Amino acid sequence: MTMNENNGEINKMMIILSKASIENVYAAFVLANGARMEGIEAEIFFTFFGLEAIHNKKLDHLHVATVGNPAMHMPTMIGGLPGMENFATSMMKKEMEKLDMPEVREFLDILKASGVKLWACKLAMDMFHYTQEAMYGDIDGVITVGDFYRQAKGVGTHMLFV
Amino acid sequence: MEKTIAQKTISVNEEGYLTNFSEWNKEIAEALAIENSITLTPRHWQVIDYIQSEFKKEAPLSIRKIGKSGVIDIKEFYALFPAGPLKTATKIAGVPKPASCI
Repeated sequence: MTMNENNGEINKMMIILSKASIENVYAAFVLANGARMEGIEAEIFFTFFGLEAIHNKKLDHLHVATVGNPAMHMPTMIGGLPGMENFATSMMKKEMEKLDMPEVREFLDILKASGVKLWACKLAMDMFHYTQEAMYGDIDGVITVGDFYRQAKGVGTHMLFV
Repeated sequence: MEKTIAQKTISVNEEGYLTNFSEWNKEIAEALAIENSITLTPRHWQVIDYIQSEFKKEAPLSIRKIGKSGVIDIKEFYALFPAGPLKTATKIAGVPKPASCI
């Protein structure tokens, strides 16, 4: 799909979230919410570690990745020290609150109220032995990748992998 | 640039937002709403009043803040102003487009 299809006009954003580090989760959420704010449809497919962002017991405890993240400007061995992820996470949460950024659970509530569809990937759910009851209550369902592609139907749809 | 609407000439920016809030009146709001395919109901007016009072306080607007306003929840906000609610509601209210990403 090229950006000049439909004169580059975006009608729908299909976002695949495969990671659970908080910076990736926020990136996906801000992109989906920002789409809705512009009158663009948005759907998120949570797969692999991205499922943690909708897992009730995990979504309130997501962390910044301090290891393997060059933007942390921190030697890998320091990033791996005990407590370092908590420290970086609490620093980041303070900065985000200043920007009026909601916590993950409140952000999910905002996305749902804004009309974003939230889908859990069936294969990843099976792999992690997660049940739908364990997930954030307002997900739209557990679907296959094929189902997600069918959701993408229409002119001006763009797909994004986070 | 200038725009004539509801028998009045007002200054707007290239996106059609009023650049001088003192030029706004209810007839202009009605006409701007029609341009955006919206018919204003009393609920719309409550939201417009809230947006204008925040603007007068110089308080930044966001979707999250609208949701916590006590005036309207986010779901109804999207229902009242379907195609980009914050963008559309601020335009009708005669205030600048919020620069918020959330």
